[in-house]
Amino acid sequence: MYKLEVVAGGKVFKKDGQEVVALQETNMQIAKGKFVSIIGPSGCGKSTLFNMIAGLLKPTSGEILLDGQNIIGKSGRVGYMLQKDLLLPWRTILSNIILGLELKGVSKKEAENRAVPLMEKYGLGGFENHYPGELSGGMKQRAALLRTLLYDQDVILLDEPFGALDAQTRLKMQTWLLQIWGDFNKTVLFVTHDIDEAIYLSDEIYVLSPRPGRLKEIVTVNIPRPRGQDTLLMKEFVDLKKKLLGMLKEDQEKIE
Amino acid sequence: MNSGSNNIAVSKTDRLQENKLLRVKKQSVIEDPAQRERRTRHIALLGRILVGFIIIAAWELFTRIGLLDSYYWSNPSTIVQTGWTSLTEGTLLTDLVYTSGATIIGFILGTFIGSLLGLSFWWSDLYSRISEPYISAFNAIPKLALAPVLVIMFGIGFSSKVILAFMMTVIVTALAAKSGVHSVDKDLEKMLFSLGAKRSQVFSKVVIPSAMPWIVSSLKINIALALAGTIVGEFISSRQGIGRMILYAGQIMDTNLVWVGVVVLSALSILMYLGTVWLERFLLKGRPQ
Ligand SMILES: Nc1ncnc2c1ncn2[C@@H]1O[C@H](COP(=O)(O)OP(=O)(O)OP(=O)(O)O)[C@@H](O)[C@H]1O
Ligand SMILES: [Mg+2]
Repeated sequence: MYKLEVVAGGKVFKKDGQEVVALQETNMQIAKGKFVSIIGPSGCGKSTLFNMIAGLLKPTSGEILLDGQNIIGKSGRVGYMLQKDLLLPWRTILSNIILGLELKGVSKKEAENRAVPLMEKYGLGGFENHYPGELSGGMKQRAALLRTLLYDQDVILLDEPFGALDAQTRLKMQTWLLQIWGDFNKTVLFVTHDIDEAIYLSDEIYVLSPRPGRLKEIVTVNIPRPRGQDTLLMKEFVDLKKKLLGMLKEDQEKIE
Repeated sequence: MNSGSNNIAVSKTDRLQENKLLRVKKQSVIEDPAQRERRTRHIALLGRILVGFIIIAAWELFTRIGLLDSYYWSNPSTIVQTGWTSLTEGTLLTDLVYTSGATIIGFILGTFIGSLLGLSFWWSDLYSRISEPYISAFNAIPKLALAPVLVIMFGIGFSSKVILAFMMTVIVTALAAKSGVHSVDKDLEKMLFSLGAKRSQVFSKVVIPSAMPWIVSSLKINIALALAGTIVGEFISSRQGIGRMILYAGQIMDTNLVWVGVVVLSALSILMYLGTVWLERFLLKGRPQ
């Protein structure tokens, strides 16, 4: 059985009487423990897809199954880091990070005991009592990511989590994410605009196409793990990159 | 070995000197803004006291030499005397308690119920839309014009003053809280739902904290409005209160006593203002800035 399945899931928005197809009927079958990236141009329905899986948006058609159970409209079943960091500005970083646990009813003390070591480990040590307004964009994203991780669901959706990071921090975060993914045996769905990042991290890459948003192709990444800096120079990597770039370029030309 | 340790000693003193130089430089270039701020504050405070003193002295002087008619203007020393007499022999103290009591109770009720009303609009868009014109209409009514009716309705006692103070504040707060509710970031709500939050949790963790600065911003206006409501209530009909005292003093043409009332009310108003400043700080405790 797949960990997560989207069966003919699609979404049509109505705007001023006009129908906007955000995502045509799409099928996804994701096995437990996989790292799956989703790439595609802006507006092809990536966030819409995530919102549906997270139960924040009801699909117009189709089903979404988690461990074989329908989770349409049920929020809180998967960890979801939205495209923005969305930290509560009046809460300190620490109490932002433990928000998910707090909502689950975990005692504040226990939640903090779990959060503080993670903050230490991932470069937020010493910032427990700072407010989001006092942190850099990258730190805020890390805090949002930690909040999602600490919420501790098997499936994690990450919508461009490293968008606001510089190349170096980004690399560090990618390595860290792979480490967490391995350590905690999570199933990860990852939206990115960066092809290198998608290949470097994933087992599978779902390529989406815009207007109307739809699944164009599923690409399997057969590069052995653990992957490192030199992975980016391997022939398989470069070939895959060419292939993906080609696909995205087709779409680009179609738009123009 | 000897020369080695000497070298170290020399480099140490060098560094010390360098440090000293650095420090001297820093002092001459960089001013400590906190220190400057403190100094300016002290000077400003001194200035304020001085200006106040000059005004009171001028008032006293002008009324004594006849430049101002002391029948209308009274004068500071007479006001203090009259005030002292009505405090020790009259009812000034109970009047003060009466007025401030009605104001504060009305203010608290108005602020609390107004906040609840305003925040409640988050729960249902339909309910919010239906109530909207009625809230605006109620806001448009000059509440003080209703005062005679309210006094007839609730009697000439304490409760009619509380009701007036309440009426003056409740809608202002409700409107402020409503604006707060509209300002809530939808994405923050979404994020909370994604963490499995129930609606009540979104309300307590996002909506109330988001609306809080809006509610707090209405406090200072509210306390002044509440005081105005109480005094008008006392003017219309009352057995106690500073407002009644002023009205009574006016009727018997005791301008000195009118001035005592005005001074006491001003002092009360300032005190309550300071109270709201404290309350603001309390309600926004644990936030940045
Ligand atoms: N609430 C909505 N109402 C109407 N149309 C919407 C709504 N949300 C999204 N859309 C439309 O659906 C399409 C897909 O949007 P979506 O946010 O899923 O794109 P995306 O792939 O995440 O883009 P990006 O890479 O820029 O984040 C867009 O054309 C967008 O305008
Ligand atoms: Mg998006």
